[in-house]
Amino acid sequence: MGVKIKSMKQEDFKDNEYIESLIKKLKENGTNAVVGMFDDLINWGRSNSLWPFTFGTSCCAIEFMSLGAARYDMARFGFEVARNSPRQADFIMLQGTIVHRMASPMRRLYEQLAEPKYVIAVGGCAISGGPFRNSYCVVKGVDQILPVDVYIPGCPPRPEAMFYGMMQLQRKIKVERFFGGVNRKERIRDFLAQHPEEEFEKR
Amino acid sequence: MANIQEKISALCPEATFEEGETLLVTVPDAKWHALAKAMKEDADLSFDYLVGITGVDWKESMGCIYYFTSTKYGTHVSVKVSTTDREKPMLHSVSDLWKVALIHEREVYDFYGIIFINHPDLRRYFLRNDWKGFPLRKDYDASDKANPIRLEAEKNEDDTVSYIEDAEGKIQKKRKLVFKPEEYVINIGPQHPSTHGVMRMRTALEGETITHIDMVTGYIHRGIEKLCEGLGYPQSLLFTDRMDYMSAHQNRHCLCLCIEKALGLEVPKRAQVIRVMMDELMRLSSHLLSYGCLTMDLGATTAFFYGFREREIILNIFEKTCGARMSLNYDTIGGVMADIDVDFANDVKALCKLMPERLKEYHKLFTGNVIANNRLRGVGVLSREDAINLSVTGPSGRGSGWACDVRKTAPYSIYNEIDFDEITETEGDSFARYMVRMREMEQCVKILEQLADNIPEGDYCAKVPKIIKLPVGHWFQQVEASRGAFGVYIESTGEKTPYRMHFNSPCLNLLGAVDPCTRGEKIADLIAINASLDYVVPDVDR
Repeated sequence: MGVKIKSMKQEDFKDNEYIESLIKKLKENGTNAVVGMFDDLINWGRSNSLWPFTFGTSCCAIEFMSLGAARYDMARFGFEVARNSPRQADFIMLQGTIVHRMASPMRRLYEQLAEPKYVIAVGGCAISGGPFRNSYCVVKGVDQILPVDVYIPGCPPRPEAMFYGMMQLQRKIKVERFFGGVNRKERIRDFLAQHPEEEFEKR
Repeated sequence: MANIQEKISALCPEATFEEGETLLVTVPDAKWHALAKAMKEDADLSFDYLVGITGVDWKESMGCIYYFTSTKYGTHVSVKVSTTDREKPMLHSVSDLWKVALIHEREVYDFYGIIFINHPDLRRYFLRNDWKGFPLRKDYDASDKANPIRLEAEKNEDDTVSYIEDAEGKIQKKRKLVFKPEEYVINIGPQHPSTHGVMRMRTALEGETITHIDMVTGYIHRGIEKLCEGLGYPQSLLFTDRMDYMSAHQNRHCLCLCIEKALGLEVPKRAQVIRVMMDELMRLSSHLLSYGCLTMDLGATTAFFYGFREREIILNIFEKTCGARMSLNYDTIGGVMADIDVDFANDVKALCKLMPERLKEYHKLFTGNVIANNRLRGVGVLSREDAINLSVTGPSGRGSGWACDVRKTAPYSIYNEIDFDEITETEGDSFARYMVRMREMEQCVKILEQLADNIPEGDYCAKVPKIIKLPVGHWFQQVEASRGAFGVYIESTGEKTPYRMHFNSPCLNLLGAVDPCTRGEKIADLIAINASLDYVVPDVDR
């Protein structure tokens, strides 16, 4: 078992158990032969053509620019172009600190992303607030506001680390049920229901 | 200095003086505006360059410290104005004399709630407009209860407040619209590929022509200055790398210099040379990035790849010595964190050998291009007087013909021993600003060539006490960062932590220049002008 992606060997990934458990969960009740095949096909296509939506607020965004330039060139792995409109992107690449003023535009941009949508939190600031955690106006981790799929730690993470995180997202997508699978959508709906806009007001 | 003191006490007999690193003049608020006018217009003083305004809360009083420099004589003076009223503190605005004060006073208002009388547009600058309290006051309640994360959209402010003093001295609150009802307003940002960071420009248009831009910033305001007040001096160093990440070394150098000045610490020669070399490498990489971004904003995507190609070589050099590509954390109080890599000098020499031909390539690719010329020449003109009035320093200020390089005007570290030229252009348009950067890269290479073979032997860091306590007092230090004069103000009460630390960032002033530069230009040129001014938004917001 396992998820094959062309760019990196299975054994080079460090948390294969997690993916294995995902697969196990997915196949618990058996897979429909026809729909299962279509799932694989579609996920193969989806995972190899993920377009990031750049949401760079600070230093990590410059490293992301290096990712787009010739030395690292993320187009090799299917992250063809970075889009600046949420309508044209598959996942949101959150780079940098999110402050109180940015929280509401960020949530709105997330909601504008077309389904299926994913979130990668890049850098210490996006994950937990990083060095600015004690500040009066920094959001202490974007997972308070958005459901995050992959975390990439670092300050800023090296481009290789960003690739690693983005490939993890590819693997996650490969084991997802596309047809009839509402698990992902449900998860997002639950998250948004648990973090309503009014609740933040009350806190 | 005595001359300035005599002159000011003749102009304003109530002023008291305090000798220090620079002369500190304390003026009562009622006399301040008249003195400011005289200081600017008097031929013997002519303090035409307002370096920065630092708001301070001294608990029993609150006020501002203004730093002035005369571009004519090169003299410095600082002025302290304060008020004891905490409920409704009011000071007189000097924004009619120095236009740069328009932003700096809004910043002070945002942090301390000090109302500036006669300021035309007193709104919050960094924080949400429904924010409660003033965060840099010493009695501010920083808990999440007062200001929770709000996910509902922030309301646009259509009108602004100003406090006008009439002839009898009565102060009246007046509201006025930001935009006229007939103006067509288009919103650019906060998440936009060409704003070079997260900020918003509410642009009023007349057809295709820009009439006025309202800048909305604070989308990355992290409250660094307040955080510094709770951290020791060595701990506070890390924030400088994350403000303007494209001048990480210079910013950190500045804070180190300021602390070393306060401690009276002698930095070993080797460390000084390494610091200057790192500064110049950083400047080179920053200008390469700015070249890449400017070309990309104008649609020349290929040139972007060329700029990044050489930038990667510099990042390799950084990585070998500092261990990181960005956020380098290299300078420290008393020297540098670690000795240089064995290959450092050779790598730098190889880079110096490579750069001249690569620079030729850049010019070939972009500078002579007809489209680039038409879109940059004569667009976004900033005159020398305006540049000084708006305190636009760095390559953008030098593009307007103002020789404002801190490395020349107030040499620090070993810059007075190095042979290099200060680049200025006279046109003041986008092309001039672009050319200053391109020519400055040659000077960076020149400096690096001189130093690569002459790194002296010795310690890379001086002996520094384990716990650093600064004596009572205040200090101000400037260095030339990639984008202009970066200043640090430290006020100490003798504790382990600073009482007040203020970062005077060049990009904040550059942002103030966007509106004057773009008035009357076409909306399509807005992006090119912004790219040529080359600001970094996290440095603006801090």
